[in-house]
This record gives sequence, structure tokens and C-alpha cells, in this order.
Amino acid sequence: MAKKSAKRRLTQQVADLTGAPGVKLTARSSSLNHYSPSSSLIIYLLVIFFIYLSYRKHVLLGIAGKDFVILAASKAAMRGPTVLKAEDDKTRQLNKNTLMAFSGESGDTVQFAEYIQANAALYSMRNETELSPSAVANFVRGELARSLRSRSPYTVNLLLGGIDPVTEKPHLYWVDYLASLAPLPYAAHGYAQYYCLSILDKHHHPDCSLEEGLALLTLCTDELKRRLPIDYKGMLVKVVTKDGVQEISVDNDKVVRSA
Amino acid sequence: MSGYDRALSVFSPDGHVFQVEYAMEAVKRGTCAVGVKGKDIVVLGCEKRSALKLQDTRITPSKIALVDDHVCLAFAGLNADARILIDKARLEAQSHRLTVEDPSSIEYITKYIAGVQQRYTQSGGVRPFGISTLVVGFDKNDSNPRLYQTEPSGIYSAWKANAIGRSSKTVREFLERNHQEDMDREQTIQLTIKSLLEVVQTGAKNIEVAIMAPGKTLEMLPDDQIESYVKSIETEKQEEAAKKKTRTGTTTAAILTRPGGGESTE
Repeated sequence: MAKKSAKRRLTQQVADLTGAPGVKLTARSSSLNHYSPSSSLIIYLLVIFFIYLSYRKHVLLGIAGKDFVILAASKAAMRGPTVLKAEDDKTRQLNKNTLMAFSGESGDTVQFAEYIQANAALYSMRNETELSPSAVANFVRGELARSLRSRSPYTVNLLLGGIDPVTEKPHLYWVDYLASLAPLPYAAHGYAQYYCLSILDKHHHPDCSLEEGLALLTLCTDELKRRLPIDYKGMLVKVVTKDGVQEISVDNDKVVRSA
Repeated sequence: MSGYDRALSVFSPDGHVFQVEYAMEAVKRGTCAVGVKGKDIVVLGCEKRSALKLQDTRITPSKIALVDDHVCLAFAGLNADARILIDKARLEAQSHRLTVEDPSSIEYITKYIAGVQQRYTQSGGVRPFGISTLVVGFDKNDSNPRLYQTEPSGIYSAWKANAIGRSSKTVREFLERNHQEDMDREQTIQLTIKSLLEVVQTGAKNIEVAIMAPGKTLEMLPDDQIESYVKSIETEKQEEAAKKKTRTGTTTAAILTRPGGGESTE
């Protein structure tokens, strides 16, 4: 009984916050698309949040330099605490000079990435031009935003890197599952943010060469090995330059001692 | 007018669907397009309308369109109809990739195009596509060239070499006389241009040529190369004519250049 009244109190509080009368809202509580602060919505949001927490174990890193963008993704495909695959490729090439790395709900990720891939290809077929990275990024954001407001949204976090075919300038975009888009000089998703952003803050500069960029990436992955208590099975590293996308072989077996 | 050519989905008493036959007439009035298969190559050639003096040729659409990375299409007939059909084909090609993770086979995409064309002969309130298409390309992991034709009625068929559009009969007959098995790249391009020259009077500047090879992207033959092919073909013809002249000793040796006299249909 006490539990039930506590629940009602919570419902009332949320109703007060949204400024809507609590009585009317209960009638609409079945629809998740309305901001009805019913208990089912709260449970729903909590479930989404906890599912979201489990994706943070994936590592996504992006570094933009003078004339390149590096995207790196962890190679482990995980389900809960289990590693299902150690050679997973969490990237898709969208056109000649745009690459996307993704993490999130397995299934959603690949489905969404390939949907974007097909649409980018369709655009270039129809118009005989490639979409620029900024155009792709804004399209991706729009699709995610549309999906977020549907009954079953995609839970996908993305990094999008590319070289603009006209200006030959590198672009890196950070997109999360809530469809926020940010153009950034360097970016990370998941727990990697906590370990890597400070290193990137200190060492990154926008004019850095590819060698410097890869050295910077090594600093980040070393720190992950040192501090992150998860075996993400090494990183898959890809570089976008004006000549296209290229995989870079990196030494994933290097042992880094913890302090 | 017999009254049986108004509504599309109505047969005439003797079994014709007149609107479809009129659509085929529209194809015959369109500029000519040729497709030729070689040993491991397939070539499309098109007659190109010459641009007007003030026209910006950079954005005048070509009659050769890429449907997917590995499929190319040339058409004869109404340009506006072709645009819509090509767009549908492109969408299907990408949709096929998305659903089965593989590029579509050339036959599949041809069948789809023909399917769309057929649908527009059997429903109310629409008019058939006034175009025939030549679909060429290579299947995945396969070096056999493919060449298909589709018609407004929805028929599709496979060919070694074929022509559609204005004077297509003349060109097809020329191809029947001159096509050989296992032609190499040079021979295939040469035959394509030679057959087009049967009906294109103005020469190189009114011809466009596209080449597909396995695992490669579409290659549009540059204008200067087409020019040199045309030149060599013309000198060859003149030499042959001169030879005949000396052999027979008559002065009417120029017959062999245009046997069909296709120019009259312009």
C-alpha cells in the first residue's frame, strides 16, 4: 500500500513538473509518444537508459587532422558481459570519402548504418554527385530524430568522418541516439570519453599530420588499456583522406602496464 | 480513330492494345541507341541530339544512365518518361542491395524495369512508358557481359547486339552482318560506332559511347577518342570504296555505306 502511494506521488510530481493535470493524463498513458508522466513511461525510459548504459562499453574514437579523419572502433561484439565476436567491424563506408562508425543496440546499428549507406548511394546515383560529409551528417541526424519520435527508435551512437570533395577539408561529426549532432575536431563515444577526451584536449591540434594523429590515437588506446577494465579486443582503425578510405593496421597486442 | 485507342486497358476487337502500340511508335521516333557485347566487355552507343547554340551542354542529360555501380542503361523514346523509369530502377537497385546485401543481377533489374513498364499497360488513368531500354552490365563475381532490351509492352529479351530507336532496323541488320563472337575491346567499340554511323550523319560530335567492364565503373569514352574512331572508320570505308571502284571500273561504288537509307525517317 505504501509502495503504491509512493508511486502515485511520483506520478503527481512529474505531472506537476510538466504542468499538466494528473487526472487527464492517466487516460493517455498508453501512448508513449505523448509526454504523459505515467509509471509505464518512467519504466520505459529507465529501461532505455539501462540498455543505453550497456553500450558504453564499446569504444568509438574520432580524430580530425590537417587533411584526414581517423575513425577507430573496438573490435569486440558484446552482449551483456559476453564477447560474441572479436573481429567485429563497426564501420560502414557511406560514399567514396565518408565513413561512419557506430555503436549501440546490436541489430539497430547495422540496420541503421546500411539504411544510411543505401540512401547515400541512391543520392549519388540520382544526382551523379557524392554527398558531402556535412550533408550526410545532417541527413543522418534527421533520420535519427525522426526515428526517435517513432514507436521503436534506433538506439545508435555514431561518429561520422569525411573529406569534403570540393574543399578537401576534413570533417568529423558526433551524433548520439538522441539525435544531437556536433561537428568536432576530435570525439569519442561511451566510457572512452572519460579516459580519452582529456588526452585529446591536451595534445590535439587541428593542423596535425597523419603520423601525429595516429600517435595521438595510440596515446588514447594506451590509456584505455591502462584504465578501462574491459577487454574490447583491440581497435579497428580506418583513415579517410581525399583518396578514399583505408584501413590502418595497428598493434593491438602491445602490453600497457597499469600504474 | 476506332474508339479502341482511348482508354488504355481496353482491347480492340482484333486483340490490340492501341496505346501500347503508339508507345512503340514513340520509341521509333527517339534517337538511336546501340548495345554490343564483346568477349569480356559491353558497349553502349547513343545518337546524341546536337545542342543548340545557346544551350549549356554541361547540364543537358545524357541518354546513358547509371542505374547502379554495375548496371548501365541506354534508352530510346521520350526522355521525360525515361527519367521516371530510371529513378524507379535506381531505387530498386539500392533496395535490393539493402535487403539481400548483394548487388542485383542484370537480369533482375531488367525484369524489374520491364515489370514497371508492363504495369503501366494494364491499369487505368496511366499511359505506357514511351521508351525502350538497353540494360547492360556484369553480375557480381562474373565476367560474362549482359545485354538486355525492354519494350513499352513489358517484354524483355537478351541479345548479343541490338539497336533501338530511329532506324533501329537498319542498324540491327548491320549488326547481324558484322557481329562476331568473342570480340575484344577495340573491336567491340569499333563495331558500336560503325553501326551508329549507319544512321548518324553528323559523325563524332553526335555520338556518345559508354563502356562497361567487369568490376569496373562506367567509362564514358572521351570525345576525342570517338573522333579518332570515326576518322579511322571513314578512311577504311573510303579505301574499300576505292578498291571496289578499281575492281568493277564503275563510278557508282558508294552504295555500301548506307544500305538501309535510314535517313529518310528523320
